[in-house]
Amino acid sequence: MDAAARARLLNDYQRDFPLTSQPFLQIAAALGTQESQVLEELRGLMVEGVLCRVGAVVRPNSIGASTLAAMAVPPERLETVAAQVSAHAEVNHNYEREHRLNLWFVVTAADRARIDAVLRAIEAETGIAPLDLPLQREYRIDLGFDLS
Amino acid sequence: MTGSPARDRRLLAAIQDGLPLVPTPYAVVAERVGETEVAVRDRLRDLIESGVIRRFGMVLRHHELGYRANAMAVWDVPDARVDAVGERMASLPYVTLCYRRPRVWPAWPYNLFCMIHGRDRETVRGQVAEAAKAAGIEGLRSEVLFSLRRFKQQGARFDIAGDRAA
Repeated sequence: MDAAARARLLNDYQRDFPLTSQPFLQIAAALGTQESQVLEELRGLMVEGVLCRVGAVVRPNSIGASTLAAMAVPPERLETVAAQVSAHAEVNHNYEREHRLNLWFVVTAADRARIDAVLRAIEAETGIAPLDLPLQREYRIDLGFDLS
Repeated sequence: MTGSPARDRRLLAAIQDGLPLVPTPYAVVAERVGETEVAVRDRLRDLIESGVIRRFGMVLRHHELGYRANAMAVWDVPDARVDAVGERMASLPYVTLCYRRPRVWPAWPYNLFCMIHGRDRETVRGQVAEAAKAAGIEGLRSEVLFSLRRFKQQGARFDIAGDRAA
């Protein structure tokens, strides 16, 4: 696939992905290429790590509940604590940030009670109480990332 | 077919790692959830139209695309002003996400969060300053937290044991 088609593939299908029976064929037609080429390109992007998935970004707190949590972890313990946090299936994002509160993670579960249980479990395992910062209002929603 | 919470969770669980990269991905998903392909595509369309699915498509990783300066900029904005300030900031093209969260005294005094992804820190710091100016909140208490290591990044899970809504 040429660079222009690759750029369009990355930029144009972050939302409104075709819901037709053969979506990759439809994309190939729009990009002037073959279905097999589109699939090959997407598999390559997954291997490179550029593409996380072709799928749904669900509105927070519509199906289930979520929160953003932060912890102040002694630097020498950060890797260990990060691994303890990531081990919870309910944790889907977990980052180190440059701050006294140096570990930031998102917890998503079926309901708020389950989130409370996960946060309590993390506190029990690590001895560090996470700050619980649930979403109160969104001003900009995730519409993808403009690469153009 | 109409939706039920259990059915929607089953469908979202079936695509939580993404559509299979095969010519007829919805047929594969339909098989996983025991529905027809048409029912799966119709229900996804309903979930998108009702806003439960915020967007449906390629989910990319900023870092791997060369956007290595990932900042979470935060401000302590008076409650009476925060919604107007948030709306203004959200209109700036380089602000990827913008939202309000609770303060937790004394550890966390900030209530407005903006995510900005850029190619380098200098550019992002400039955008943070510009955003504050545009929203009229220069001088309010603020910090910029750049991300360092990523320990985990995946989509939300809908198939976790112990989920009571399923």
